[in-house]
Amino acid sequence: MRVDIKGFTKPLVESLVAIVIGILVGAIILAFSGYSPAEAYIALFNGALGSKYGLAMTLSSATPIILTALTFGIGARTGLFNIGGEGTVYFGAIMAIILTNLWGNVLMGLFGGILAGMAWMAIPAILKVLRGVNEVVSTIMLNWMAYFIALYIVLQKIPNPEDPNKTLAVPVSARFPIIMKGTELSWAFAISVIAALITYYILWHTELGYELRVSGYNERAARYGGINPKKAIIWSFLLGGIMSGLAGATEVMGRPPSYAISQGMANIYGYGFDGIGVSLVGRNHPLGIIFSGIFFGMLRAGATSMQIEAGVPLEMVKVVQGVIVVTIAIPGLLDLLKKVVRR
Amino acid sequence: MIEAVISILIGALTAMVPLVLTSVGATVSERAGVVNIGYEGIILMSAFFGAIFAEITGNPWIGLIGGAFVGMLLGMLHGFITVYLKGDHVIPGIGVNLLALGVVAFGITAYWGTAGQHQVPTNVRVAPIINTPYGSLSPMVLITIAIAILTHWVLFRTPLGLRIRAVGENPEAADALGINVERYRFLATVYGAMLAGLGGAFMSVDWLGTVTKQLSAGRGFIALANMVFSGWNPLRALLGGFIFGFFDNLSVWVRTNPEIQRIVPWQFVATLPYLVTLIIVAGIIGKVRPPKADGKPYKRE
Repeated sequence: MRVDIKGFTKPLVESLVAIVIGILVGAIILAFSGYSPAEAYIALFNGALGSKYGLAMTLSSATPIILTALTFGIGARTGLFNIGGEGTVYFGAIMAIILTNLWGNVLMGLFGGILAGMAWMAIPAILKVLRGVNEVVSTIMLNWMAYFIALYIVLQKIPNPEDPNKTLAVPVSARFPIIMKGTELSWAFAISVIAALITYYILWHTELGYELRVSGYNERAARYGGINPKKAIIWSFLLGGIMSGLAGATEVMGRPPSYAISQGMANIYGYGFDGIGVSLVGRNHPLGIIFSGIFFGMLRAGATSMQIEAGVPLEMVKVVQGVIVVTIAIPGLLDLLKKVVRR
Repeated sequence: MIEAVISILIGALTAMVPLVLTSVGATVSERAGVVNIGYEGIILMSAFFGAIFAEITGNPWIGLIGGAFVGMLLGMLHGFITVYLKGDHVIPGIGVNLLALGVVAFGITAYWGTAGQHQVPTNVRVAPIINTPYGSLSPMVLITIAIAILTHWVLFRTPLGLRIRAVGENPEAADALGINVERYRFLATVYGAMLAGLGGAFMSVDWLGTVTKQLSAGRGFIALANMVFSGWNPLRALLGGFIFGFFDNLSVWVRTNPEIQRIVPWQFVATLPYLVTLIIVAGIIGKVRPPKADGKPYKRE
């Protein structure tokens, strides 16, 4: 495989600049809110990178958001804004729990995630292809519907008879083995990296991937070249659904201690939204997504120690993430900065 | 039974306010050619800051104006990126929505010291002007109707409206006639975001009287769906907003009704506003036409 290094440099620098700006703006907001930015960031980075335990937590936090980022990234490469990762995660997790409780092995759990992801994402795909419904509106509506439907299933259909605070757990035989004892890092992380590599292979080294990218780049040119954009749209959604479905499945199969969904779905909520940021910072490229996913995972992992040691609410890292994404949206960021610096 | 119907209809008039304001604002913005999907985040952040403004000054109206002001600032950010820097129209909106999730969740804890939810005190909430046995109406309902009608009149009956529509329909021609495309697009974007901000503040200092991190609950996107449904027409957006508001309010009403709850789980009823939005959007596409240069950056040749 040939990788174009030169083309990577500018987007890489832009992403790094956006990250720096995000951290700086975060520091300003921290200072305004009466916290010490230095204390907060030291606690954050120390917690996420300062120990083997922290590193393991960073990678385990990166696992689901790398997968949900692939959903957005595949969509973006096909010219679609697929925001539906969030809702798909819930069903991936639910289906993995149901199937592993029927057949207790890892493969059935992964299969459940894939199946649920494809089924749920087929809805916006069909709406787009048959009725031309804008995918941003449809996937957001579906996220909210998914939230309430999943809440119903979690509470009523798969409750844990021994613990009212969570659902049935994934049986021991279907859990991912832990890589490092005493941490949350399991081989589920490998699934996310493999998924990113497979996505890269599909998009850049297969005919299907070529068709997806061409219709994302220019729909009219695609049609002229004999590519059916509708086929590309459907495949983009289905592949994206697989990724977010897997995010849900690996979360319940590979994240100690609960191996289940908590009652308010707190442990599987928000990954889809974080994934959008991960994908944008990773420039919607599967390989970039691995690295930005680990960076966002670091923020998630360090947030807890920031809350404990510096007393800063852990949602602070979401502010930093938001600023980073807004900054990424500024075109010609580098040229703009150069102008400002020259003044 | 008849009482229930009247009370749901009055509730719908209240629930339509943030939807109509955002739809009307989005209509002006898109008529000028600027797409913004960040209204969801604008509503959420304005609800948060609007409540803070109201509590600091002890005046709910300052809270509403403050919310509109926050909307304006976010609209200026969006306008700067899309109109002047010719950036993508969708990604900044995604960024604002993600930013809002962080700012509001962080802000509730950092400012009020409570986790996830804050109750706005009654004395800084907007007092209703019409009280009936079936519910009350906020003056904001009337203001919203007035804004929709006024915006419609400006958009279709004045030279200013003609210029706004011109820069969204055919910016090259507008430019050739000496219209400053960038300025009109920028101001239309700011106006749209300002109305969404007003709607957001209405939710916290008037209607619901609470700030939560899920307060906007998809309304920014339902408003966009309503804008499409109404064919980018403020008066029809008023009517559409009432329909969407009806289902929004209906789902709340059914949820608090124990008899219906026994038959249908409340979670299914809660999906109603979103399901209705999907069905309506799927039903009307192809029958409406967006402004020609909608979402396309304009670069002078």
